[in-house]
Amino acid sequence: MKRVGSQTIASGIVLIVLLSGILPAHAQVTFERLVNSAKEPQNWMTYSGDYSGKRFSGLDQINTTNAGSLVAKWVYQTAATGKLETTPLVVDGILYATAQDNRAFALDARTGRPIWMYQRQIPGDIRPCCGRVNRGLAILGNKVFLGTLDAHVIALDAKTGNVVWDVAAADYRIGHSFTVAPLAVKNLIVIGVSGGEYGVRGFIDAYDADTGARKWRFYTVPGPGEPGHETWEGDSWKVGGAPAWNTGTYDAATNQIFWPTGNPSPSNRGEGRAGDNLYSNSLLALDADTGKLKWYFQFTRHDEHDWDATQVPVIVDAGGKHLIAQANRNGFFYVIDRTNGKLISATAYGKTTWSDAKDADGRPVANQKASPTLEGRRVCPGALGTTNFMAPAYDPQTSLFYVTARDQCDIFSTAPQPYEAGHAFYGSAYFPSEEAEPYLGFLKAIDPATGEVKWKFQHTSPTWSGVLSTAGGLVFSGDAEGNFIAFDAASLKPLWHFQMGGAVYAAPIAFAVDRREYVAIAAGSAVYAFGLP
Amino acid sequence: MFRRLCVGFVGLLLLGTAAYTADDRNPLAGDAKAAKAGEYEFRINCALCHGLGARGGGRGPDLTRAQKKHAHSDADVFQVISNGIAGTAMPANGTNGQGVGMTDEEIWQIITYIRSQEVKAAAGPMGKAARGKDLFYGDANCSLCHMVEGKGGRLGPDLTGVGGSRTREAIIDSVRNPSRRLAWGLTEATKEFPQEYESVTAVTADGKEIKGVTLNEDSFSVQIMDVNEQIHLLEKDKLRSFQKSRESAMPKYDAAVLSDKDLEDIVAFLISVGAK
Repeated sequence: MKRVGSQTIASGIVLIVLLSGILPAHAQVTFERLVNSAKEPQNWMTYSGDYSGKRFSGLDQINTTNAGSLVAKWVYQTAATGKLETTPLVVDGILYATAQDNRAFALDARTGRPIWMYQRQIPGDIRPCCGRVNRGLAILGNKVFLGTLDAHVIALDAKTGNVVWDVAAADYRIGHSFTVAPLAVKNLIVIGVSGGEYGVRGFIDAYDADTGARKWRFYTVPGPGEPGHETWEGDSWKVGGAPAWNTGTYDAATNQIFWPTGNPSPSNRGEGRAGDNLYSNSLLALDADTGKLKWYFQFTRHDEHDWDATQVPVIVDAGGKHLIAQANRNGFFYVIDRTNGKLISATAYGKTTWSDAKDADGRPVANQKASPTLEGRRVCPGALGTTNFMAPAYDPQTSLFYVTARDQCDIFSTAPQPYEAGHAFYGSAYFPSEEAEPYLGFLKAIDPATGEVKWKFQHTSPTWSGVLSTAGGLVFSGDAEGNFIAFDAASLKPLWHFQMGGAVYAAPIAFAVDRREYVAIAAGSAVYAFGLP
Repeated sequence: MFRRLCVGFVGLLLLGTAAYTADDRNPLAGDAKAAKAGEYEFRINCALCHGLGARGGGRGPDLTRAQKKHAHSDADVFQVISNGIAGTAMPANGTNGQGVGMTDEEIWQIITYIRSQEVKAAAGPMGKAARGKDLFYGDANCSLCHMVEGKGGRLGPDLTGVGGSRTREAIIDSVRNPSRRLAWGLTEATKEFPQEYESVTAVTADGKEIKGVTLNEDSFSVQIMDVNEQIHLLEKDKLRSFQKSRESAMPKYDAAVLSDKDLEDIVAFLISVGAK
């Protein structure tokens, strides 16, 4: 009954927005609109749908009572090969998305018909890790912003796809690349670099949205004389990794950006980089105007298992507390006070063997037997982590955090490897610990108040799909077998599914055009949109 | 000084070679330093399936054999690493999320490393292939479920190529302990891992029991081949029950059922076919 009530209120808000002439078509996407994105749930204007990272849509036309009747509305074939990891944006009836190999495109969000297509020529010697992927765009003013595999940041005219400006952020030949969806904050385009597999020195950049001029850079590995530099042995900081390849979140009240970082390099060999290796595998709170560090929290110290902490940090306010929550690749769910970076709780939400103790701050610490050896050691989670880049969702109606999880253990082996610029730099190999131990994949609903896994749905095999929750009492996610699935948010029982014919590596969104709600997701090499008949 | 010039000249030559004849032969062939670099690359990119030392990891073939199933010349191997092998779990370079995209130079380094690990004078099969063939199609009952060169059953994996792609030890292990590592079946283009040969028992709404192996499965449907080689395409929510097991449908052939000597003969037969 309570849920029906809140649904009605939400419907009313949507209706008012939709009836009030909506917003003029192709209106400028201002910073104010991004801050107040909840007021226009028909649009999906940032990677996570809002600045808080909740990936929650206020739309409820599609809900638990009618989800079973969803149908495919259109399919857009990108003709790209490999994995589509994009989260589309939708603004005023136009859908903007990316695909492999530096592609971007704009579609009529009602029909899936393209308006423009852009592809940047790729040099033959780029060094992308893990596929030639891209996770999406940022939009601000009348431009969309793309990070490229050859480490450029590019502004495109949102109406034409023409290049407005193009900046080379770093040298792609030594392993820098961008796969992340940038985040537009005020008049800045914030973007983090990939390349932890090549021993780059990680950074987060902010560019002037009008001109492309770089306004600040925060190196995630401190240089000589900077605090934290002492956490690196010798010159290891120069190739220390700590990339920043997933989109962070933003708190307008404090003007702080929360951006997560990845593994130290080489990823699976700690020898030669003794110390905590700050700010690898950390959550950074940065002043949005200056890029100055306000606080940091390191999830995994001196990581030797490739457990990037690059999962979306979700801003949640609960019980009068200003929190930030992250389901980490290392298998623990962390709740942190976002005013000061202090840990509130850390609870395992999947199979973990690497830690059986916590430090004075409550942070899980690694045990000795987790450290890789030449012969190899079995550790859970494996190198792919309990979760990875797949976007989570937080539903303010159920107060639950939904995340794609995997139970898999690996044998971690380590071996010395000299650094060579532009060459892969792992210092390791890892193998599935597979005998009679199948990999398990789940969608899990975690209660941030207790860390308890309240509901779970077991997939046939582990999936790389992100998660969306909606005011319709629904959670959407995809699977490795190509299904797009609608779940009841209150139980994770599947209510509907559609076979898309390709594995899902992307995260869903919801939007509305002409008062009709759609849910969209990429699978295989296509983008799909679904709606009511 | 002269030496440095010389090295520079050789370097230019190599670059030229790599640029113009990349499809023909390995510009780094026999280079010990390249083989070492290739060993690092191999650990990162290949060892997950092909095992440390390229000896085969149960998932991928043993690459230390001079005779390879899908590639013979260095140029063939280069193509296989670059583009993968359609219909198998071998992915194209840089597409699968395991390891990183390799440059042409790194691929040649890996090929140099693989060649350095090859056992040139591989010990011939220890058993007798002709007798193994008789056993395979006869008393050992292998062909009731397995096909070789178009002859035999369909319930288990086709073994025509297994002798060319798996180590002798891996074949023996999968006969002695078929459940330890279930065989891989269907591979889908962007899916992370292929379907395994899991055993299933499904009971339909009208009470009919179907026992067999999964050809494919997702959360909502399953495609089964039963023990009579009939294909059943089922929706899970319409079944009375559905149970999977990682106990292989293949019986465990211990030494009491199949002697070491008989097994060696069968392996010799499979290797003789697979090496064709």
